[in-house]
Amino acid sequence: MSMETVNDIDIDRSAGDFSYPESHKYDAGYGLTSETVNYISKVKGEPDWIRDFRLRALDTFESRPMPTHWASEDLNAIKFDDIRYYLANGQRPTRSWDEVPEDVKRTFERLGIPEQERKFLAGVEAQFDSEAVYSNIKKAVGDQGVIFMGSTEGLMKHPEIFKKWFGKVIPTGDNKFSALNSAVFSGGSFIYVPPGVKVKHPLQAYFRINAENFGQFERTLIIADEGSEVMYMEGCTAPRFETATLHSAVVELVALKGAKIQYITVQNWSQNVFNLVTKRALAHEEAEVKWIDCNIGSRLTMKYPGVVLKGRKARGEVLSIALANNGQHQDTGAKMVHAADETTSNVISKSISIGRGRATYRGLVHVPKHLKGCKNNTECDALLINPESRTDTYPAITVRGAGNSVQHEASVSQVSAEQIFYMRQRGLTEGQAMSLSVNGFVNDLVRQFPMEYSVELKRLIDLEMEGSVG
Amino acid sequence: MSSLIIKDLRANVAGQEILRGLSLEIEKGKVHAIMGPNGSGKSTLSKVIAGHPDYEVTGGDVLLDGESILGLEPDERARRGVFLAFQYPMEIPGVTNANFIRAALQARLGEGEELEATEYYAKLYARMDSLEIPRSFTARSVNEGFSGGEKKRNEILQMAMLEPQYAILDETDSGLDIDALKVVSRGVNSLRGPNLGALVITHYQRLLNYIQPDCVHVMASGRIVKSGGPELAFELEAKGYDWIKDEPVAAGAV
Repeated sequence: MSMETVNDIDIDRSAGDFSYPESHKYDAGYGLTSETVNYISKVKGEPDWIRDFRLRALDTFESRPMPTHWASEDLNAIKFDDIRYYLANGQRPTRSWDEVPEDVKRTFERLGIPEQERKFLAGVEAQFDSEAVYSNIKKAVGDQGVIFMGSTEGLMKHPEIFKKWFGKVIPTGDNKFSALNSAVFSGGSFIYVPPGVKVKHPLQAYFRINAENFGQFERTLIIADEGSEVMYMEGCTAPRFETATLHSAVVELVALKGAKIQYITVQNWSQNVFNLVTKRALAHEEAEVKWIDCNIGSRLTMKYPGVVLKGRKARGEVLSIALANNGQHQDTGAKMVHAADETTSNVISKSISIGRGRATYRGLVHVPKHLKGCKNNTECDALLINPESRTDTYPAITVRGAGNSVQHEASVSQVSAEQIFYMRQRGLTEGQAMSLSVNGFVNDLVRQFPMEYSVELKRLIDLEMEGSVG
Repeated sequence: MSSLIIKDLRANVAGQEILRGLSLEIEKGKVHAIMGPNGSGKSTLSKVIAGHPDYEVTGGDVLLDGESILGLEPDERARRGVFLAFQYPMEIPGVTNANFIRAALQARLGEGEELEATEYYAKLYARMDSLEIPRSFTARSVNEGFSGGEKKRNEILQMAMLEPQYAILDETDSGLDIDALKVVSRGVNSLRGPNLGALVITHYQRLLNYIQPDCVHVMASGRIVKSGGPELAFELEAKGYDWIKDEPVAAGAV
């Protein structure tokens, strides 16, 4: 193996900062109408119920106003008519690396995905533009009856499972962008884990955006049947463009009785991406859902992973880290909806604002009066690197009923000039010193991440901090 | 040429002149002590040599082995071998001592060079043992929740690991009980040798019983006003600082 290959294993923004000439066999053109939706559905060869679902969603999308009455005005900068909603080369998912088209393969090789797979992954579902072109599950996982494939393939091959939960955790009309996704979705993963099956290795997907002005609308649905366990990891890199790019995903998780799902995202979008994602889980009796969500990059990210605690003793957790650099706004948080007795939820959020970066935390905790023995713990800590950095916290906590408890802690701290001087006196550059402070700030949280993700995150933070001084 | 030379140094902080033409030469292999009353500018001197951004140098020079370092960033000065043991070491939440010292050593290596982990820990543990620092220390955050004594020991540990050419110890004895003082002094003494020039800044003679200086200087109003051998420290201890003010200023004291 050459040194160059070794260097390419790490996924970082500079490795994602390239693109090959586009040649797409299927292209829905610019703008969004019912024709666009019909085109997508036809090209994908979908059944009528999905096409109708999409068309209804388009109506909902069009009828909804931009949520600028509470969210950033910057949303108005999205020009829906200048976006291409579907691009693909017409590939069907393949299971062997050899069958992957050469230019796509080069892209993935630069991102080091096969290497990653060899190392620790049970299966890889990599998305290039709209369609999954490379999909592979290691034999051991497949033999356990685990289904891991693209969402389109999933709805065609396993409609009996897919239909039951699709759009049930996050209804089309949940918000304007979930409606948009429902109208034009393509790509994303479908996972089903049979009862009692514990998937030992994490399943992983890489999403990339390769075409300028092209929004990506993946749709992921994960169902963990009774007593099963699965961990899913999602990494995102995108090449840099001059004009805005839209990413609007919908991710639905269903943890049936006693099941455990962990969903891990480390996201590193380029500075022009609007990242507007709806993620929610349904946790049945004694089920556990944990979202680990790291947001780096993008122009504006709005993402509030949630858990609806539907069954007794269900447990939900969101651990999140957001890093907002100059020109970036990370508007993130968590939603915990308690809907059964003795349910518990835990939210730990850490944000870092650098330069003129802005980090916003929005949290929702809801415990109705008739429930007993529910607990929520929320901690949100913000670190400001420069005096002009900004952080805001909007917690919305409604906890009623005598037997329920809630604990909320928030802190804001700043890296002091004396701290930086102390570290520089030991020989660290200003960038290295800041990077170390930031890594220290997130350290207790990152320790709970899988090893390879904590290493990756540290590298991304180093890159951000090195670039933010001098 | 192996010396740290401070030449007629003048410096302001917040527009006020603190150093008023201070001169001093610290040769490799020698330990110099600076004593002086509060407000004489002792700590300012250490900050200016280290390159703290709040201090403005208005005149004079600082030469490291013949080369001026005043134009260098604080971290460049550190990597060239200037070490400051802080009077008030900073806390760095979430960063372990082991990682911090490792990062500092790594910063001294060239591009593509990696610190060898096994050797690093072997050296770290050996230095910790000699400073009577327990192993659990490596996993604690830098100075967070440390007692005064632990913080000072940590400064000396960092010094031992970074092996500077010139070290300035700013009131390392403040806040230490006698046992801690002995341990810290032993640590400093073990680092003495032909490759280290040291400047020990202290208010009290007590420290100099344990770290015996080659030369003692008295500082007042931003200048060295008297220099002598170790016996000068005892004289100060006996007579206090007041009598110094009556002495004529030592011209260009070195």
